[in-house]
Amino acid sequence: MQNSKFKIQNSKFLKSLVSLCALCSLWLIFVLSANAQIAVKGETVWTMAGEPIANGVVLINNGKIEAVGTAAQIKIPANYRVISAKVVTPGLIDAHTVIGLNGYLNQPHDQMALDGSSPIQPDLRAIDSYNPEEKLVEWVRGYGVTTIHTGHQPSALVPGQTMIAKTFGKTVDDVTLIPTAMINVTLGESALAGQGRSPGTRSKQIAMLRAELIKAGNYKGEPRDLKQEMWKKVLNREIQLLVTAHRAIDIMSALRLAKEFNIKIVLDGVSDAPQVMSEIKASGFPVIVHPTMFRAGGETENLSMETAAKLKAAGITVALQSGYEGYVPKTRIVLFEAALAVTYGMSRNDALATITIDAAKILGLDKRIGSIAPGKDADLAMYDGDPFEYVTHCTGTIINGNVVSEVIR
Amino acid sequence: MKRYFCSFLVLVSLCCSAFGQEKPTAFINARIIPIIGQPIEQGILLVQNGKITAIGDARTVRLASNVQIIDLKGKVIMPGLVDTHSHIGDGSGADGSSPIQPDVRILDSLNPRASSLQRAQSGGITTVNVMPGSGHLDSGQTLYLKLRDDANKVEDLLLYDKDGKYMGGIKFANGTNPIRAGGGNFPGTRAKSVALVREQFIKAQEYKAKIVKAGNDKTKLPPRELGMEALAEALDGKRVVHFHTHRHDDILSVLRLQKEFGFKVVLQHVSEAWKVADEIAKAKVPASIIMIDAPGGKLETMDVSFSNGVALEKAGALTGFHTDDYITDSRLFLRSAGLAMRAGMSRDKALYGMTMAGAIMLDMQDRIGSLEAGKDADFIVLSGDPVSVYTHVEQTWVEGKNVFNRSNPLDYLTAVGGFGATTDKLVHLDCFDGDVEGGQ
Repeated sequence: MQNSKFKIQNSKFLKSLVSLCALCSLWLIFVLSANAQIAVKGETVWTMAGEPIANGVVLINNGKIEAVGTAAQIKIPANYRVISAKVVTPGLIDAHTVIGLNGYLNQPHDQMALDGSSPIQPDLRAIDSYNPEEKLVEWVRGYGVTTIHTGHQPSALVPGQTMIAKTFGKTVDDVTLIPTAMINVTLGESALAGQGRSPGTRSKQIAMLRAELIKAGNYKGEPRDLKQEMWKKVLNREIQLLVTAHRAIDIMSALRLAKEFNIKIVLDGVSDAPQVMSEIKASGFPVIVHPTMFRAGGETENLSMETAAKLKAAGITVALQSGYEGYVPKTRIVLFEAALAVTYGMSRNDALATITIDAAKILGLDKRIGSIAPGKDADLAMYDGDPFEYVTHCTGTIINGNVVSEVIR
Repeated sequence: MKRYFCSFLVLVSLCCSAFGQEKPTAFINARIIPIIGQPIEQGILLVQNGKITAIGDARTVRLASNVQIIDLKGKVIMPGLVDTHSHIGDGSGADGSSPIQPDVRILDSLNPRASSLQRAQSGGITTVNVMPGSGHLDSGQTLYLKLRDDANKVEDLLLYDKDGKYMGGIKFANGTNPIRAGGGNFPGTRAKSVALVREQFIKAQEYKAKIVKAGNDKTKLPPRELGMEALAEALDGKRVVHFHTHRHDDILSVLRLQKEFGFKVVLQHVSEAWKVADEIAKAKVPASIIMIDAPGGKLETMDVSFSNGVALEKAGALTGFHTDDYITDSRLFLRSAGLAMRAGMSRDKALYGMTMAGAIMLDMQDRIGSLEAGKDADFIVLSGDPVSVYTHVEQTWVEGKNVFNRSNPLDYLTAVGGFGATTDKLVHLDCFDGDVEGGQ
């Protein structure tokens, strides 16, 4: 990295570019620092793979974490760029969002998370709508979010697929970790179609889903049917359903459906979870719980800021999410949601896990991201104090070993 | 002797009721942040008959022998929060018939039993400006409420000015919300929006002139026009104009209108305040800001910033905060101060903004907003530092009465959510002595 800086200073062309625009310079540093060797020093390093380390050092080489330990244990090689922070955590993971498909302007041209033409569209790929340069992606990156699980919004029975992406990169191919991660399913009031169209009731929602799965059971692959191909993968347990269900009856319907077809699901939202906690626990399915600050009303009227803590206490694997927002704020920030989860009963370690390692487990990526351990992707977030406090700033974000944000937020 | 003592007690209680004197209550040992004046360690807040009678510490406040003591060791006391812009209470305003409806009152639609009012109490809000929406240039008259307990009717929540009139402002909006393409008599552009507002204020000026001209001759008074009466009050500075405005050019349009007509105005939202902070300060117009977790959601808020607080502070403008509840949650109102500080606002101004600045904006600086002798005993008890994410509002007191207490299970439910938390309050039965189950 020091080499890269040297190059910038000695190239008139690059120098003029840098002075022209801060954004350009960020990009240049990114390009030049690819495969950079960095040592991140933290007064506290939350590895999420053991106890926090006081006076820790994380060595980054070739986009991966090379070593992590105390300053006494790890000698920083001379050519490494050294970055210091009060607190270092793994890059944050937003376990469920719609950003990148939905943009911040909230105008028809940047809202791609819902196609209203039909209630069941598992063939809609998130990657075909994802905009890696969306402002909201840059926004959450500035708060330490390095990976997002994003997709279609919970406003139709089967609105489409989800994908998993890093939050920095130029093209969708550059950023995508898993192009088809899960298939969104929404149960309950927000997925009812109006004016005599189906599904018009909860019973119809489940009847329609059962019909699709039964049909796919007989699908032989010819002629090709994009929807059937996806359902087949669900039946083969290759792809999970991400079932958004808030009321207890919808949660139970999801569990009943999963049992009937022996399919894998991830429960999402679950405002009424405390009412059916033992049933959720017995199912063994993980939960991506609604944002702590999610607004109560309609089918979310019973939600509680303590639900994340209660799920955790029940022994259920739980991640937090920024969720889907139709208006203002157009996205939430999982860091803030986890902070409030602590205020409402979770331990700080558990809350951080909901946006790092436990989120990675639910997304099936815990061997690659979610904690600071040798061999894992070098995704880090840095803070000038307790990450959860309002007055603390995120001072930098590293993705794949590249410093992608140094804005103080 | 015993008989004498009893008589004495009766006499005392008679005296007390005759003069309406309650026993004084002393809240001791907490760290007190009075907003006006320096924080006091191990402070004493003395309250009687709904008012603060003294504030200080053991050296400066003498406690009478009959004082009731509430020990708040380890806690923090600060004034009740003032929310200058909220939609709690299920109120409504103008209908779709026209873009300017100064005659409609949120008073006539507010539900005093709405669970949202308790939600605000649990967030430490004691005074709130409830307003109709922003889909009109003028959606009607707003109300300033004290979040007292056990309200059966909206009147139980009202505040009255020295003339005995209940207090409230009037809501205006510009930018895209009131613009309705092809919307009949609604404006189609920003210029049209301003023209329509100017037209109405000019009418109000003429209406006012007729009243002045009539003097004491009632036969010469113009026929009553409810809308004109409200706008005339605005022109007289008796009814504050609360102007929803986001974009920098829209903010300047409000300043231009204010200059032309001289009404008292509070800029509400001011998403792009950071772009025109100097202009706002120069116009000596206060601004109430909102902390939103991400930019956008609508075109006009694409440049909204946590930096609005620090920008306005540096420019020297009076800066307050609001929830716009349901947009942000009243229970987490203190978060606004924390996020503004995150972007550089000073701690003092951020806390001032949550309390005293709002009081000034609602013309109640003499009654609320700080902890000073003579002011209403509106205060909150916090578990720790006001701007720490880990801090809970533990108690909310309005006019000397405890309206929220986190240790009460029902209040706790309101504070954290869960089954029944959003259910509106049942009819309050003050002197209920019957049995419902066995009754008819």
